[in-house]
Amino acid sequence: MAEELKPGEAANEISRRAFLAALATSAVTATAAALSPLKGVADLPTLEEFLRLHYKELTPEDKKAILERIAAQVEKDYGVRPNITDPPPIPGVEFGYALNIGRCIGCRKCVYACAKENNQSRNPQIQYIRVLQMRKGSIDVESSKTDYEGEVPKDGFYYMPVQCHQCRKAPCVKACPVQATWQEPDGVVVIDYNWCIGCRYCMAACPYGARRFNFEKPEIPKDELNPEMGYLSNRPRPKGVVEKCHFCLHRTRKGKYPACVEVCPTGSRKFGNLLDPESEIANIIKTKRVYVLKEEVGTLPRFYYYFNL
Amino acid sequence: MTQAIKDYVVFVGRCARKTLDGDWRYYLWMTALTAVSLLGLNAYCKQLVAGLTVTGMSDQVSWGLYIANFTFLVGMAAAAVMLVVPVYVYKDETLHDVVIFGELLAVAVIVMCLLFVTVDLGRPDRFWHMIPGIGRFNWPISMLSWDVIVLNGYLALNAQISGYLVYMVYLKRKPASIWYIPFVFIAMFWAISIHTVTAFLYVGLGGRPFWNSAIVAPRFLASAFTAGPGFLILTLQVIRRLSSYKVTDKALFMLRDIVQVSMIINVFLLLCELFKEFYTDSAHVASAKYLFFGLHGHYGLVPWIWTAMVLDSAALALLVLPFSRRLRYLSLACALAIAGIWIEKGMGMVVPAFIPSPLGEIVEYSPTLNEWLICAGIWAFGMLLYTTLLKMTIPVLTGQLTPQKSAPMSIESETVWHGNFRDTA
Repeated sequence: MAEELKPGEAANEISRRAFLAALATSAVTATAAALSPLKGVADLPTLEEFLRLHYKELTPEDKKAILERIAAQVEKDYGVRPNITDPPPIPGVEFGYALNIGRCIGCRKCVYACAKENNQSRNPQIQYIRVLQMRKGSIDVESSKTDYEGEVPKDGFYYMPVQCHQCRKAPCVKACPVQATWQEPDGVVVIDYNWCIGCRYCMAACPYGARRFNFEKPEIPKDELNPEMGYLSNRPRPKGVVEKCHFCLHRTRKGKYPACVEVCPTGSRKFGNLLDPESEIANIIKTKRVYVLKEEVGTLPRFYYYFNL
Repeated sequence: MTQAIKDYVVFVGRCARKTLDGDWRYYLWMTALTAVSLLGLNAYCKQLVAGLTVTGMSDQVSWGLYIANFTFLVGMAAAAVMLVVPVYVYKDETLHDVVIFGELLAVAVIVMCLLFVTVDLGRPDRFWHMIPGIGRFNWPISMLSWDVIVLNGYLALNAQISGYLVYMVYLKRKPASIWYIPFVFIAMFWAISIHTVTAFLYVGLGGRPFWNSAIVAPRFLASAFTAGPGFLILTLQVIRRLSSYKVTDKALFMLRDIVQVSMIINVFLLLCELFKEFYTDSAHVASAKYLFFGLHGHYGLVPWIWTAMVLDSAALALLVLPFSRRLRYLSLACALAIAGIWIEKGMGMVVPAFIPSPLGEIVEYSPTLNEWLICAGIWAFGMLLYTTLLKMTIPVLTGQLTPQKSAPMSIESETVWHGNFRDTA
């Protein structure tokens, strides 16, 4: 530049340089000020978490080390030593769920048992099950209410709880750009909480509103933490990832019922192996009047509604 | 080879120095844009620390203003193709000298798109999960993985084309066809693809009837070819006022033809969609009803969409009437169309699909101040980038920046180049 100057412009050039220098200094200061909120970061991922591979790429040794690290972290954060496992799907088992719509009284015991079992954030509240209070004679979800209060069941209403339907043709699995959610051989659609990038495309894809996002760091009171944990199910989740019902796989893969089935006071909730012709669930599908919600979207849920007649 | 790279780096460096030249208006503009960008950065840092809870989004309305802006901007980027086709396919030279500005706009706008997607991520630290080869890319199943590919590909194509052509002008060499013609033709189809894939992102979701409509991709393209060239009409007028680069009225009016036809098609397709929704009056009309008339006492988006309808109608009227043969009215029409389409395609397209939720809940969405600041920041940064790119290339295109470092200025050049460039004054 300098060689292009006429002699009289030299002074101008100096003041221009001074001006640019001042500009650069203030730009740096302003940038530092803009970045200052980062000082408050409390949940920066560790290097190991940052580099951790996808669940399916972990070796058994990796998994063991990771489970140990998570256990130590939970103990540090909550003062409880968890029993964290990663139970594999059981060969020859495909889980199915059936809900007796004629018996459900809308008490929401399942909602709270689920939240407790699965270490869902209490603040902000995250719940996997939503109970719809429907007007009798109507199947229009738009006229339903989920925020009803007072004694149940109310006259003139019936109740339809909705949670993840573990669809055979799951739109959420198709949507995920990074394969952070997939369907296991036993039919459960799971999420790798350490792989999810938080784009929420799966939430847009889900026709049942089953997925929940951690808009902030989940908060669970120390004394309410459930120490029986699974890697793909109820271990504490980080901020910024999606979660949802996983049929309590840390229980069901060990032969127990999901928490919601166990707690239901009316026996409306039935769960079992669809591939076993002798199972209660197979029997219900064979003998009862069964329907699936939003059949027209063609996702083939493993979650059925039925009624006695 | 290394010498070629060195020369290119010197070229970019010399162009970059040009961004320091300008009068007080230029400095004011750049300072203002930097300030707004930093405000956005500050707001984003707050979001990083607290989580997406600082936005107005919820489990029910899980996408908002970020994705709305993203959708609109993908269209702006695709619009460059409407300048390329007349020049390269029909050999019509009217737009020849302004094509480059469309391509540079595409570069800046794609960067904005990528930023809008990034700020929407709950875990931006895990971006590498999306990198093919290193991460675990759900391609070809996930439409979002397609979007990642087409957007980055389009960015690369436009950077290559404009980077190469401007460099050839600088060297006063005739560009070798092999280094840009194939890219230009690929970019033509690629431009259509970026907006089609973005539309398919929505169309492919059977659980959202408002989006699950085959007409979305054509609608996106029509609105893109209105807003993009419309934006260029405004930009080109600024360029010719503030620099010595010549932009003919003829070029502006050719763009007017494009904007005019696209706007007519855009409004027509919108009416087709509205007919299907409201005449059928099935359960699936709920989102459209919420958008236009409100649903069960909730009217959150009604003011937005009717503002868009008024802006669109006014723009359409101006564009089809002879008024818009006058530049002042043409500019007004373009500004109205851009604003109208921004609402129609953003808040009017992305948000209503979530309301009512699949379970019939009505949870309304309105962006928070922090969200607005982040959006403003990205827009300002995009404009900053576009201005910088223009500032770097225009001196080359006007012949003021050549490999001869201290070329003597001829008298003719002083009278011809009377722009805001200090070197020529």
